[in-house]
Amino acid sequence: MKTLTLEFIPYGEIENLSSEDRIDKLFKLAKEENIVLLQGKLKPNEEIMLIQKTMENISRKFRGIEICSIDEDKKESAMALNKMKKSFVNLILGNRKGFTIIGPASVIREIKRDPKKIQLLTNIKRNK
Amino acid sequence: MIKAIKGFLQKFSIIFKSKKQIRLGLYGPPNAGKSSIANKICTDWLGEEMSTISAIPHETREIKIKEKLTIKANGKELSFNLYDTPGIATRIDYEDFLKHKMKRTEAKKRAKEATKGVIDAIKWLDNMDCVLVVLDSTQNPYSQVNITIIGNLAARDIPVLIIANKMDLKKSNIKKVQAAFPQYPVVGVSALKGDNINKMYEEIFKIVK
Repeated sequence: MKTLTLEFIPYGEIENLSSEDRIDKLFKLAKEENIVLLQGKLKPNEEIMLIQKTMENISRKFRGIEICSIDEDKKESAMALNKMKKSFVNLILGNRKGFTIIGPASVIREIKRDPKKIQLLTNIKRNK
Repeated sequence: MIKAIKGFLQKFSIIFKSKKQIRLGLYGPPNAGKSSIANKICTDWLGEEMSTISAIPHETREIKIKEKLTIKANGKELSFNLYDTPGIATRIDYEDFLKHKMKRTEAKKRAKEATKGVIDAIKWLDNMDCVLVVLDSTQNPYSQVNITIIGNLAARDIPVLIIANKMDLKKSNIKKVQAAFPQYPVVGVSALKGDNINKMYEEIFKIVK
């Protein structure tokens, strides 16, 4: 039986890390088939660094990740972008509000998000 | 003498700068229609296509450049270099290509090239002067890839125009794209049928600084 591990990372655990170290830490966990639940959000350049690192590591065994960042605001997540644009501080210092889900593509098939709900579709088959 | 050289260099630099072409990038997730948009622009203004298109994702696996394109709208002219980039994705599974009746070795090769293409597209982000983010308007716009691309362009202060492509399809929902990114101009088009393309050209003029 395959165990699915959900690893919670409080923002404080990555707060003092450089962007590279943050990405290394989160990527390593996802590559080891953990689903990471990070308190807060990565900076846009960190998100793109994570995608880049993922692509550099694609192999027969590792097929990539799924990622989804959610804003604390209950209004649609697109508003997060609006806020990001307005709040330069968030771009520089990062954002501990909201949360981010990162998981391996081998476990998470898709993260569906619309303004009101998030659906995490997994590759785990249900026993009948 | 030194002054004269400096003056010459300054004049040279001004001439060089004025001739510098605007770099207009096409970014977005795979299969949104970036290459179809690139082809439409090139066909309209140069009479020739730029990229190959396919229903199989990651058809564009390297950055394609068309230099010195000039478009016209409302009596104005705009000249730029157009960059058609590989679709940005967080996962690439060669087995997905097998579903398109591709041979295993070919699928693996395509996957490897596609990963490199994504990395190149990301690296080129910094070189763009303005970007057309091409989204498939039949798909949910709230994907992390879309948000990450647009977030990175915003962080770099690169002007963005969102192209909601495939508006000719029944499932197309331009309003949903607009609702997802209310702070950016969104223009619905069909690259395939040429619907609303003139509006897209008008909007390109507006975002180019």
